[in-house]
Amino acid sequence: MKQFLAFVRKEFYHVLRDRRTLLILFGMPIAQILIFGFALTNEVKDSEILVVDYARDNASQELLTKIGSSRYFNIRQAALSHSEILGAFKKGKIKAVVVFPADFNEDLLHQNKAQIQIITDATDVNTANMITNYLSSIIVDYQNQINQNLEIPYRITPEVRMLYNPQLKGAHGFVPGVMALVLLLVSVMMTAISIVREKESGTMEILLVSPFKPVLVIFAKAFPYLALSLVNVTAILLLSVFVLDLPVKGSVVLLFAESTLFIITCLALGIFISIKTDSQQIAMLISLMGMLLPTMMFSGFLFPIENMPIPLQIISNIVPSKWFYIIVKSIMIKGLGITALWKETLILLGMTLFLLLVSLKSFKIRLQ
Amino acid sequence: MQDDKVIVCEKLTKRFGDFIATNEITFDVHRGEIFGFLGANGAGKTTAMRMLCGLSSPSSGKATIAGYDVYTQTEQIKKNIGYMSQKFSLYENLTVRENIEFFGGIYGLSDERIQSKTEELLQRLGLKTEANKLVGSLPLGWKQKLSFSVAVLHEPKIVFLDEPTGGVDPVTRRQFWDMIYQAADSGITVFVTTHYMDEAEYCNRISIMVDGRMEVLDTPTNLKSSFRARSMDEVFYQLARGAKRGD
Repeated sequence: MKQFLAFVRKEFYHVLRDRRTLLILFGMPIAQILIFGFALTNEVKDSEILVVDYARDNASQELLTKIGSSRYFNIRQAALSHSEILGAFKKGKIKAVVVFPADFNEDLLHQNKAQIQIITDATDVNTANMITNYLSSIIVDYQNQINQNLEIPYRITPEVRMLYNPQLKGAHGFVPGVMALVLLLVSVMMTAISIVREKESGTMEILLVSPFKPVLVIFAKAFPYLALSLVNVTAILLLSVFVLDLPVKGSVVLLFAESTLFIITCLALGIFISIKTDSQQIAMLISLMGMLLPTMMFSGFLFPIENMPIPLQIISNIVPSKWFYIIVKSIMIKGLGITALWKETLILLGMTLFLLLVSLKSFKIRLQ
Repeated sequence: MQDDKVIVCEKLTKRFGDFIATNEITFDVHRGEIFGFLGANGAGKTTAMRMLCGLSSPSSGKATIAGYDVYTQTEQIKKNIGYMSQKFSLYENLTVRENIEFFGGIYGLSDERIQSKTEELLQRLGLKTEANKLVGSLPLGWKQKLSFSVAVLHEPKIVFLDEPTGGVDPVTRRQFWDMIYQAADSGITVFVTTHYMDEAEYCNRISIMVDGRMEVLDTPTNLKSSFRARSMDEVFYQLARGAKRGD
């Protein structure tokens, strides 16, 4: 045990001395959370809004001025057909289109109710939501203003269409996503690199001729990264709760337990890579290409898995981060407990055990 | 005299498929001896050394290291040997003191023992003022000396040195060999591989491997006279010229 502690202490020296790596390890999650968080919330300022005004009457003009005077929107007007509106979205600049129907004022005056259509680009869910909310509240404001002295109130109903992503998938999904990414980077890549580094520098040989057990070498090297990863999980959660106002609805203890499980999965992967490779560059490439890319593609963090072709959906099942992503999302956002997540947990546990077994086995073969 | 022998090898062989890396080598090494293990690249030195260190299991033959069997008692062997490789193998981003403490730690020395050993070692190497500097910032000669001191830190019965002086200047090499003599005087057996023939002359006995076999084993003086050679260089050249394997 004392030998093990001496080893772990050495590993911490390595990690803490390497300033650049340390900066990446702790800077990255913070930067990612802040970038993702604020890129998604603050972008509503000065959004380009395209107005298609078929009515061109008093009411539509008044409402337009009101929308235009808000600091959130820059208004451009254009007379476009419905199909041309889609084309405008594809060019990417405009965030929303507001359509006034031809008899807007008429309807308002005679039927006491009128409709406005709001079309938003829901690929960026937060922005789309935010814009509709702002627009709706401006409309309600206007409605209250014209209703002040009336007995039968006018009603303007905004009809909202979320283009491209009607179910609003992916909202707040980035915190669990970033968590999976960061843990992968720290645990897979850093562990793999740190073990391979010992091989490259020749110190692994020295360790192997020492009475220190080879398996313990591996565990002692993985240990600091387990600790660092947990610190990262804590940092990400603190940021998401206190900076992004995204509370953890479920049990924090369960969240940490599941994270630890996933970290161990990643460590096992890192160990496996380190056994199979002999240079730091290759270890890094394999970790990045083999682990990070599948995580981005198949975890459901960036692209909804349901929309993928069936073969890709099947492939996504062997990516551990997919299951972790589901677990974290369910705990954080839906507040689910272990009873609802035992299946995912079991799959992750199975993967972990499998990876640990395979890497320990190939490690022994290697020693012969 | 059996007790005096710390390495006993009998027909030790290692095969990798059809390839016989080490072919029935037989030799003994005595306590406190400096044993030179020579051979061209690819002659099978490294494989033999790995078997003796308990890193690789022999295909056939017998060997005991410090009285322990290389097949079954590798754990005991590892406790009783020190090892220094041709690559510099301390941790560059740890300080001198941390390196010593780490290796003391994984060999299971007590804290007090590590403390006293560290002070003694720093004193002897004249590294007191450098104790808290990163090893990476030391000149190569110092590193190699430190590396050797760390290899014998736990007072092993045998220390294996794999081309310990590669790339080191002549003055430092000389100092390095002084350290080897001191270690041998204190009863540590030194098993050393080298490509420098002047260093071979410093050894008590030398073996030369050619194509996996141990061609000769004798004192440098005897070898020179039996090969009618003026220097070890010539002896080595005459033997290694016949080698079929190379790198």
